[in-house]
Amino acid sequence: MVFKHDIVVVGAGLAGLRAALEAANSGEVALISKVYPTRSHSGAAQGGIAAALGNEEPDSWEWHMYDTVKGGDYLTDQDVAEILARDAPRAVYELEHWGVPFNRTAEGKIAQRAFGGHTREFGKGPVKRACYAADRSGRVMMDTLYFEAVRRGVRIYSEFQMLDLIMVAGRVAGIVVYELATGEVHCFHSRIVLLSTGGFGKVFRTTSNCFANTGDGVYLAYRSGIPLEDMEFVQFHPTGIYGLGVLISEAARGEGGILRNGSGEAFMERYAPTIKDLAPRDMVSRAIHMEILQGRGIDGRDFVHLDLTHLGEKRLRERLSDISSFVRIYLGIDPARDPIPVRPTCHYMMGGIPTDLDGRVLDAHHRPVPGLFAAGECACLSLHGANRLGCNSLLDLVVFGRRAGEAMATSLGELEWEDLPRNAQDPAVSRMKRVLDRREGDRAGVIRASLQKTMTENCSVFRREGSLEKALTEIRRLMDQYRRVKVDNRGKRFNADLLEALELESLLGLAEVIVVSAKARQESRGAHYREDFPERDDGGWLKHTLVRKTGEDPEVFFKSVRITRFEPKARTY
Amino acid sequence: MEMRFRIFRYDPKVDREPVYRNYLVSAEPEERILDCLNRIRWEQDGTLSYRMSCGHGVCGSDGMRINGRCALACQKLVKDYLGSEVVVEPLPFFKVLKDLVVDVDGFLSGVMYFRPYLISSAAPPPRERSQSPEERKKVEEVIRCILCACCTGSCPVMAENEQYVGPAALVWAYRTIFDSRDDLKLERLEAVNSQKGVWACVNHLECTRACPKEIPVTKCINTLKREIEKHRSGKP
Ligand SMILES: Cc1cc2nc3c(=O)[nH]c(=O)nc-3n(C[C@H](O)[C@H](O)[C@H](O)COP(=O)(O)OP(=O)(O)OC[C@H]3O[C@@H](n4cnc5c(N)ncnc54)[C@H](O)[C@@H]3O)c2cc1C
Repeated sequence: MVFKHDIVVVGAGLAGLRAALEAANSGEVALISKVYPTRSHSGAAQGGIAAALGNEEPDSWEWHMYDTVKGGDYLTDQDVAEILARDAPRAVYELEHWGVPFNRTAEGKIAQRAFGGHTREFGKGPVKRACYAADRSGRVMMDTLYFEAVRRGVRIYSEFQMLDLIMVAGRVAGIVVYELATGEVHCFHSRIVLLSTGGFGKVFRTTSNCFANTGDGVYLAYRSGIPLEDMEFVQFHPTGIYGLGVLISEAARGEGGILRNGSGEAFMERYAPTIKDLAPRDMVSRAIHMEILQGRGIDGRDFVHLDLTHLGEKRLRERLSDISSFVRIYLGIDPARDPIPVRPTCHYMMGGIPTDLDGRVLDAHHRPVPGLFAAGECACLSLHGANRLGCNSLLDLVVFGRRAGEAMATSLGELEWEDLPRNAQDPAVSRMKRVLDRREGDRAGVIRASLQKTMTENCSVFRREGSLEKALTEIRRLMDQYRRVKVDNRGKRFNADLLEALELESLLGLAEVIVVSAKARQESRGAHYREDFPERDDGGWLKHTLVRKTGEDPEVFFKSVRITRFEPKARTY
Repeated sequence: MEMRFRIFRYDPKVDREPVYRNYLVSAEPEERILDCLNRIRWEQDGTLSYRMSCGHGVCGSDGMRINGRCALACQKLVKDYLGSEVVVEPLPFFKVLKDLVVDVDGFLSGVMYFRPYLISSAAPPPRERSQSPEERKKVEEVIRCILCACCTGSCPVMAENEQYVGPAALVWAYRTIFDSRDDLKLERLEAVNSQKGVWACVNHLECTRACPKEIPVTKCINTLKREIEKHRSGKP
């Protein structure tokens, strides 16, 4: 079938929802998601959303902007950070007006708490900037925006999975999708496509990300010739539950939690004397790895403890109840009594599809691709630079999701309908058929597990030339193996076996780009730490990495960083 | 250790009737039931269908019936079922689309029926609306709902009263009715004041037992009933 809508938003997380809401009055908007919208991973966000409201103590947008730039290790484009920090209070009030049930201060204002890397007076000490609803901040924001979207008549297609982006002579004409319930392949014909497909933590073995986070939108953009930006910057969150990777929000440390090593020492005091446990994530994750490598893990093992025992049951219940229940369920321990075993878990992708300030996707010559937009974690506005600060992603989604929605609404006046090419769905259909018909070969799960293993061993918190070379060789071997991927399930309905096999192509392609970018960058900055180049090198590397698909090996090139207010300085906390 | 699974299998488009299929899975005691289902699908039988996403009880995708109780497969651990066979079935009262995948559209329209969004006619202030911590506390428990449908799947009334919207929809109604920022309290109370709404509930308490987010669902429904009576007797 062919569905026709002015705008197709692919991905119903907070970025897609916010953009769709903004554009809903200007054209017919379809919202497409491979999971039911409220199952999107934005719902897993626990800690909160940053905004210098100053409800609990003095704060200013300039401090917020500075923290964002410094947190990003100066790779952040500063005009983007300025928009974010200035627009944050409006964006949070808007969420409140729509009904998000934020926690409150005694005077009835939105409550705020401390979070990693957010400081007062340009780094003097922690500041309470994170607005939150217990540790369910993302979930309540998603629910609110989802029901608002339904109310405003946004057309929602749940369990529709994008398989291809349809481009005609460098312009967007629509997308190809697979309907999970029927196995039918459809075309969506549209004037605008917004990609808001989220992150791709599933490239790694241990991650806080959901199963749906396979980066399809990013990969399909890349396959269509769009370069990907800053892909080497992968955030490892310091506190994943040991073994599982399920996240214990930084809010736990914002509320006073302390990391301790095998001898009970609060080791962050050594690494970040001013803000200690509230240092940015890249620093804390490295510190944990250092403690472990030097034999100071718990009982000499490969984890440390997050100690919340001094916070008291009341605070745990009112502000950290979900994570308390995760710990009870998965570890069988009570966080009010026992410390929590944690280690870093893959959490967030700073890199992605390059866009301008209004979500327009930029091609290799930094020119907007007509009709193509991106927002949310799949996009790279160069806001988070080399390391994202906690609570800045939810803010990014609503601030830049809205801007993209506004820009889409305006663009509708200018964009013509491209004719849908005949048989636009054929490439996807034959890709699927090849997989379905194959009798000999390997299951996707086996290849995926090898990919996750090599990425985890060779391209995590610490990297060096040799490990990256090893990862690259292995990824290319797996890409070969993938040409013979087979499935058990040849049925048409809810065939996750088939869809996971198709998603694996995205994971493999994106892993390659991550490693190629990481190999290219011969310095250490933010989340990208090279043991063979341990220093930041502003002379050589204060620039964004771009990687483009070619017939052969991916091509690497660079673009400059926009610096407006804050000159790069040494980054200490 | 080896775990025995008996799983409900049915494709209504192909099969005349459901069957149960047996699987043996090796698993660690701390692993999730979801891990076992994944292992079955990835290693033994790719034709098995179920929904899942976040894997830690936040997205609400993997509500199903495990040994007779509605629960999230990602929140139940192998060690909870040691020594017994694990029988996995779709949520009761829902139309099966395939295997453990059920049709949730009716469930979501039930929630939508009570307009689960804030309605306020006053223009919002330039900053946030004021709400005291005490007012906010009234919704603290119900905002945990993740729309997993375990409560609705557990409620015996669903079998008898076709009209009943089910407990989850009432939890969402509660959320707006007790939100001090909402204007429509009376109208909303009137909407749940019916056999389709709160009066269908006869306190089986199964919803409360099933809720993976520990929402006191039955208590909430009873609070709604009391609130209706208070307004009826003119003593709000
Ligand atoms: C556990 C956790 C806690 C976090 N806590 C915080 C926090 O407290 N504060 C903060 O600021 N940030 C937090 N983050 C980060 C933040 O939540 C994410 O970066 C953000 O939610 C991503 O939102 P999104 O809208 O870009 O994508 P998502 O919410 O991930 O949504 C992606 C959407 O794309 C759809 N999709 C993907 N591929 C396809 C396809 N092929 N076809 C159709 N649809 C597709 C999915 O179905 C989904 O609807 C957290 C992240 C995690 C994992």
